[in-house]
Amino acid sequence: MEVLGLLLDGILIALEPANLLICFIGVVIGLFVGAMPGLGSVNGVAILLPTIFFIKQSTGSDAAPMLFLAAIYYGAMYGGAISSIMLGIPGASTAVATTFDGRPLALKGRAEQALVTAALASFIGGTIANIFFTGFAPPLASVALKFGNPEIFALMLLAFATFVGLGGDDIPKTIISIMLGLVCASIGFDVIEGEPRLQFFDLTGFSRPINFLVLAIGVYGVGEMLWTLHTTRGDTEMSKADVSLAKIKTAAGNTYREGWKGTSIGSSLGFFVGILPAAGATPGSLMSYGVAKMTSSKPDEFGKGSIDGVAAPEAANNSASTGAMLPMMTLGIPGSPTTAVLLTGLVLLELEPGPRLFQDQPDFVWPVIGSFYISNLIAVLVNLAFIPLFLWMLRMPFTILAPIIFILSTAGVYAATDSMFDVWLMFWFGLAAFMLRILNYPLAPAALAIVLGGITEAKLRQSLQWSDGSFGIFFNPFFDRDGSGSTYWIAPIIAWIAVILILMPLFQVIKRRFLRGPARPSHWQG
Amino acid sequence: MRIAEIIMAIALAALSLAIMYKAGERPSWSGEARFSNVGFGEDGAPQGGFWPFWVCAIMFVCSIWVFINGVMKLSPPAKSGGPYLDRHGVNVLLTVGLPVFLLVLLTDYISMYFSMAIFLFYYLFVLGRHAFILSSAMALVMPLWMFLFFDITMTRTLPKGVLAVEDGIYVPLGNFFRSLDGAMIGLCFLAGAVVLVAASMLSKRGEDA
Repeated sequence: MEVLGLLLDGILIALEPANLLICFIGVVIGLFVGAMPGLGSVNGVAILLPTIFFIKQSTGSDAAPMLFLAAIYYGAMYGGAISSIMLGIPGASTAVATTFDGRPLALKGRAEQALVTAALASFIGGTIANIFFTGFAPPLASVALKFGNPEIFALMLLAFATFVGLGGDDIPKTIISIMLGLVCASIGFDVIEGEPRLQFFDLTGFSRPINFLVLAIGVYGVGEMLWTLHTTRGDTEMSKADVSLAKIKTAAGNTYREGWKGTSIGSSLGFFVGILPAAGATPGSLMSYGVAKMTSSKPDEFGKGSIDGVAAPEAANNSASTGAMLPMMTLGIPGSPTTAVLLTGLVLLELEPGPRLFQDQPDFVWPVIGSFYISNLIAVLVNLAFIPLFLWMLRMPFTILAPIIFILSTAGVYAATDSMFDVWLMFWFGLAAFMLRILNYPLAPAALAIVLGGITEAKLRQSLQWSDGSFGIFFNPFFDRDGSGSTYWIAPIIAWIAVILILMPLFQVIKRRFLRGPARPSHWQG
Repeated sequence: MRIAEIIMAIALAALSLAIMYKAGERPSWSGEARFSNVGFGEDGAPQGGFWPFWVCAIMFVCSIWVFINGVMKLSPPAKSGGPYLDRHGVNVLLTVGLPVFLLVLLTDYISMYFSMAIFLFYYLFVLGRHAFILSSAMALVMPLWMFLFFDITMTRTLPKGVLAVEDGIYVPLGNFFRSLDGAMIGLCFLAGAVVLVAASMLSKRGEDA
């Protein structure tokens, strides 16, 4: 009960007019930054980090600057879905899974449905995560601490297994796509020994791993546009989505009826993956999409505009972003790049994150947690209010929208990487994506693998270093890690589920070859 | 389509082999033999080349799998009889792909904003067959918005090419906008929107007449 009292106090402080205004401004900035291809929550929070001194000075409270940064973070999480749905370009890696069903819905003329579902699922995901956060912060933080290197590698394996499971019939093409993403992530330097590797032609541009955005914008911006122009024979009719209060109400009703399952899966799974150190919202949203599809009664609708398919990743990425705040606030370990910047904010405000923060700084912690609830509410309201504006964008003729997407892609890549080399790479990736797409190669797995590649390799190698090169550390619960004879069940359970997920579609292919069953379509192509 | 499927599989297999070869490379100062880093080291842990080497080995196996599917006509593209890229596809590459290439290429010379303006005008006026007024207004307002958003508001300067020096364009423009406060910048965004709406109304009237 004590927690409820503290939370209520916190919410009341967050509702003070000055704080409310700060949350509102933060959410609106976040929404636009998130919707812009090339800029995500990290950019928004990082660029506006210096403003915290100004806010602290003018409000006189430590909480107000954090309220502002957290509001930007929330707004950007909502905004990411907008470019995924409207332009088909994920603004950030967390919104890749939203394109799978959000884009087909928009192309069917039901963009308002996709936007409303994304907003409501995000709201529910965020709120459920806030409740978990308020109620169970300390015990959950201790569970997250049990995740060592082998557990996180097993989790990454599970994320890749979900890709293969979703890849439809063309398993080798899905695997090739994953491997291409992994190779791009390993360019530059060996993460552990610091030795240069894969620096093709000794170009300086290859002295660091290829940025996710370079590949994602190449594939979804340039490649997707060329593909759309190619398949529609230039006669592209963008969805003529209608906007009226009644339509939005209907869309909300549909979300409630058809999206509750995806939302609940996304909210819970997303939060759990979010609190794990270094996992974050991207694997969270992807796994939620995979689980929602596997448990759905209509799995065939996924990839063609399923409401559950929009709700699951959107609920998950919001839930995971709140989850990622948990280890940051309670342990001082950031769970995602954005929370790392937020952590810097805490340090700049001379607050020491860690287990004692809740005891020592209740005047800071509870208003911030209260503001999570308020920012989330403001974000959903602002988002719903802006839907007519977003739909107006879709009314533009394709001959106007297409060049805007091309110039946004070019500017976005440069803004994110500060390098013309990367802009060129983006162009070549786009061209390659177009050529591969004609042959049914799925490309989303590559975009996701490039995000997870670095951490997967690091965790694999660190685990194997620990086990003297034995893979038993991942698969055998009785493997003696430290000579104490303890058993570790988490990694083996996750790793074996991953193995089964990878083998299942293989068995189906073999079975079908002999029994001549119907072929499964791929669900990656938007 | 089947031939393209097979050629692409061979290309990907060759790419895998090339990267595997590159992954085994050691820096000249280490003095170690090629491929000495793709296995496990003395401490039992995988070495630096291990990950990219084996990742590409898996990619190689899968490329062969795609190749066999192509030869045996098992995958959908291999079963399809249509051409890989028909005339329309080639047209798309020439009229859209090539200009995007030029958009990036010209950035190094005439700055990203001018490059964007030319690209927008070409796409809208030549490809999209929109009215001259609308095309020019878009080519003027969009780069200006981008400049206000990236260079001024987000302080992410986009490349200026040879115009980056004291050129009489970007330096005074940047100084002017930086001297304005937030509200005035907001007004500038709004003014751009007014120009676009006016241009689209004017061009509609022209079409109706």
